[in-house]
Amino acid sequence: MQVLYFAWVRQKVGVSGEEVSPPPEVADVAGLVRWLSARSPGHAAAFANAGSIRAAVNQDFAAPDHRLSPGDEVAFFPPVTGG
Amino acid sequence: MTPRVRVQEAPFDLGAESAALTAGREDVGAVASFVGLCRADDGLAALALEHYPGMTERAIAGIVAEACARWPLSGCTVVHRVGRIRPGEPIVLVLTASAHRAAALESCAFLIDWLKTGAPFWKREEFADGRGERWVEAKAEDDAAAARWARAGAGDVAA
Repeated sequence: MQVLYFAWVRQKVGVSGEEVSPPPEVADVAGLVRWLSARSPGHAAAFANAGSIRAAVNQDFAAPDHRLSPGDEVAFFPPVTGG
Repeated sequence: MTPRVRVQEAPFDLGAESAALTAGREDVGAVASFVGLCRADDGLAALALEHYPGMTERAIAGIVAEACARWPLSGCTVVHRVGRIRPGEPIVLVLTASAHRAAALESCAFLIDWLKTGAPFWKREEFADGRGERWVEAKAEDDAAAARWARAGAGDVAA
């Protein structure tokens, strides 16, 4: 599973992306957030306030209960500020 | 109608984009435009715009498709810049063309409202006076502006 980070989420995690293989019990976006948070202090800082993070799965916005598959591209980022 | 959607670092030319949208057409009675510019708020030196390549184009295409489903458009252009943008420079362009003004004006407003809340761009403000930088936070009024276009039975254009 490819995980991508953008904006201050990327800065806190310290990398723009990583390949991860979460265990089968990580079933949805919220579960992946909990699992990623334990990977490093940077991850923990990035995900400390899950309410301020948005997610996309396979390049579509996704809710915390969105189910995940091993080949998914999952991205985490702050609320968007373009335009 | 094939929308023109571009994400680029280079500035854009409103006149040239508008001319390209209507070249050879005799059915267009109205072109509406929106240009977003970088303001020098609080001593801002520059904005750095980051995006999610791939998802950005996909999200904008979805928003444009929704506009085309709601209004009879004969043309549509969306150009969004990324990278470093200084005060006074353009950031985003939305052009809509239609036979009549209401469709052009309304769809143009819809597109920029949804671009602000539904496309994966992030702005970082850079300051010259040693105050460093900060990420722009999303504004509740932008969500409200996008929400006013919601309608019963419409699919989410940006979830």
